[in-house]
Amino acid sequence: MNEIIEKRMLSEGVIQLTVYEPRIAAKCQAGQFFMLRVTDRGERVPFTFSDWSREEGWIRFIFMVVGKTTSLLSELAAGDYIKDLAGPLGRPSLRSHDTRRPSWGNDFEGLQQGGSVVVVGGGVGTAVAFPVARALCEEGYQVHVITGARTAELLILEEELRALPLASLSIMTDDGSAGSKGLVTAPLKELCSSRSVSHAIIVGPAIMMKFAAGTALDAGVPATVSLNPLMIDGTGMCGACRVSIDGATKFACVDGPDFSAASVDWAELMSRQRSYIDDERESHAAHQRHVQEREHENCDCFDESSLWARGFKKGGWAT
Amino acid sequence: MTQLNSDKQAECVQTSNSELPKTLPVTPSAIPTRRRPSREPRHAMANQPAEERISNFQEVALGYTLEQARAEAERCLQCKNAPCEAGCPVEVRIHDFISAIIDNDLPEAVAILKERNALPAVCGRVCPQESQCEATCVLARRGEPVAIGRLERFLADWDRQRPEEERNKTRLAPCKHKRIAVIGSGPAGLAAAGELSLRGYYVEVFEALHSPGGVLAYGIPEFRLPNYILEDEVEALRQARVTFHMNAPIGTVASCEELLDEGFNAVFIGVGAGLPKFMDIPGENLNGVYSANEFLTRVNLMHAYEFPRWDTPVQRGRQVVVIGGGNVAMDAARTALRLGAEEVTLAYRRTQAEMPARIEEVEHAIEEGVKLVELASPLEVVGQDGWVTGLRLQKMELGRADASGRRRPIPVEGEEYVHPADTVVSAIGTLANPHLREVADVDINQWGYLSVGEDGQTSNPRIFAGGDIVTGSATVIEAMGAGKSAAIAIDELLSAPDVQTQRRMT
Ligand SMILES: Cc1cc2nc3c(=O)[nH]c(=O)nc-3n(C[C@H](O)[C@H](O)[C@H](O)COP(=O)(O)OP(=O)(O)OC[C@H]3O[C@@H](n4cnc5c(N)ncnc54)[C@H](O)[C@@H]3O)c2cc1C
Ligand code: FES
Repeated sequence: MNEIIEKRMLSEGVIQLTVYEPRIAAKCQAGQFFMLRVTDRGERVPFTFSDWSREEGWIRFIFMVVGKTTSLLSELAAGDYIKDLAGPLGRPSLRSHDTRRPSWGNDFEGLQQGGSVVVVGGGVGTAVAFPVARALCEEGYQVHVITGARTAELLILEEELRALPLASLSIMTDDGSAGSKGLVTAPLKELCSSRSVSHAIIVGPAIMMKFAAGTALDAGVPATVSLNPLMIDGTGMCGACRVSIDGATKFACVDGPDFSAASVDWAELMSRQRSYIDDERESHAAHQRHVQEREHENCDCFDESSLWARGFKKGGWAT
Repeated sequence: MTQLNSDKQAECVQTSNSELPKTLPVTPSAIPTRRRPSREPRHAMANQPAEERISNFQEVALGYTLEQARAEAERCLQCKNAPCEAGCPVEVRIHDFISAIIDNDLPEAVAILKERNALPAVCGRVCPQESQCEATCVLARRGEPVAIGRLERFLADWDRQRPEEERNKTRLAPCKHKRIAVIGSGPAGLAAAGELSLRGYYVEVFEALHSPGGVLAYGIPEFRLPNYILEDEVEALRQARVTFHMNAPIGTVASCEELLDEGFNAVFIGVGAGLPKFMDIPGENLNGVYSANEFLTRVNLMHAYEFPRWDTPVQRGRQVVVIGGGNVAMDAARTALRLGAEEVTLAYRRTQAEMPARIEEVEHAIEEGVKLVELASPLEVVGQDGWVTGLRLQKMELGRADASGRRRPIPVEGEEYVHPADTVVSAIGTLANPHLREVADVDINQWGYLSVGEDGQTSNPRIFAGGDIVTGSATVIEAMGAGKSAAIAIDELLSAPDVQTQRRMT
């Protein structure tokens, strides 16, 4: 059980939670993730760290409300608890942070120590891109960042990014309501074809990663992507997260989540991501009905299966 | 599809739940004389009827009644040299506990059983007795061996339903003021933790998942090993001063070396070999293809059969093909049936006779309607629009015996066909997890498992290991045996007065 120490609504449906968890905060690295469960009957869902404080013992993550688990999370407030939180999981983005395993795949091909690199974050993917960019800055690389979103409201971490010693920061919105109008691929293409960068790290929805990686690769710049398949355990035990990398089956949770973009089978990844779409809708819809029913919390119509709802009140967890 | 031979069928007598006494008599009433061992066949154990059980997740085998247990115990010849005990990886004193049942002293029988086996309720249900203790029973030569596993289960269950204060309790040695970290809460870890706490150590178990038990929790289904049995065992360990840390993936959150630096005197690694192998054939990543681990984890650990009351879904296939012939394959096939599949087929490279699964599980699966396709090896998962539509199988035949003594399957040229399926579950084995290198900086053998000495010691003298992570996938009882012997070795190491050993440790 971990206490939420801060909750911020970054925009409609985009939420940042800061959770007290000193063990994980002491260890997590850019690019790694954790699994959480909100309730006793909840799914195990992965989230990537967007920030942490080793001194104060907290970790932070950002999510968009899309299904039942994220709805449940969005209903929590500072002072509430998250049932289970396990991490850090996955391999750090920077090889230098992963000292024990012989590396393959995510070695930022073509990038020399102190070289020039571009980090691209699409939508909530910027939450993952930010700590990677920060780590690269700390390691002495020249870092360009491109962040994009549909509209100004959905842009996240702009301030934090501005505070980094970046070589450049490009902000893109589809509708031009902030930064420049257009997709992240426009500035990426410029950076890549002018040879100002020797590697691209791309994080975002699969479709965005596919196109952005295509842009970089077309310009002859190797790219790394952070894959986000469905996961269950996140520890390498089930294979739900498997992805085809150069035709070989790899597990994103233990072999990744970062992989060389040129090796990824995008169609397969996207197809697998959608495999439970109907169930997810059903689950989310049932939850939304349930939220309405919660008005009846104090009458008898509230059945046993709804008891967990009361658990959200601080300290009221049935363990 | 293979038929059961008739004597096996006779054994699967089915009784419905209601015919069994709800509680077993607690005070044993004396039986006057000990009868001579009989030649009658072993006593059948009641099962939930097949047509009923395929629509629920409740336990299939219902266990012996007191009368049945006593009658079965009396079949035992009480051989002086007890060859059965040599067949048991943890050398349970089978002879003596059966003798105690015959003498009608059940508390004593339980005490004898628990002295060597910390999890008898689990082992009585999942051990492959037919290839262990029962294989070496003298009666097996002339007919059917004593049903040792069923007696074990009976005793463990009898003990469980006793009032708390009467239940068999192990007495803990006085605290030795030393801390041991146990990594992984599967049978190896639980057995090591139990033995160490018994010997007076303060034990902390670190488990990556949110709930303890390893394969017992996420792999073996409810209908074979009900959750409450595992929960009770874990609770008993908690009461014996063992602390459980859930959600603690050792390796990334702390390595074993860091745990030693933090003040643990020794570490036991029992992380299992959980990484599922895939078939390495085209189409294996289509939607609808599962590893048995994923399929079973969704259902057992995450309760997908209660979706949407529980949040994790699972595909409820109509035509399911499971690849493999071990316990894992049986569990997956029988789980698929219970999720409502119309047809569940097991495709196995060899024949039923070579299946490594427990005989009882194969029988139960067939009774429940699982179809068997022998001598079939997967070539390709065929699909459409990203989803599975079938499995292309290669017909095999049995060639000469290989190193393991089993006849090697070889393909019959040109004989392939597509078996229609909307769900394919691959149960072809597991490997060590690549994150093992982060867990501890110790020697790993060529197959990726930890290399250890006889007592489980790794190349770091303070780090021990046992279970599947040392042997590759094996059995619950072997994992427990390894956990226990490593615990004893840890105790010896930490109690060694001689300076040499002490120095070797640092
Ligand atoms: C479906 C299925 C059915 C089976 N049926 C039978 C049967 O009928 N009879 C039988 O005898 N055997 C059976 N087996 C085999 C048996 O379950 C295993 O041999 C046994 O569980 C191995 O025990 P273990 O303790 O070594 O590992 P596991 O049971 O695998 O437990 C390892 C535990 O360690 C945890 N862990 C892993 N890495 C870390 C880490 N880095 N940090 C912290 N924790 C970690 C895992 O999450 C897991 O909980 C079956 C196996 C399966 C999969
Ligand atoms: S999520 Fe289960 S193996 Fe990766």
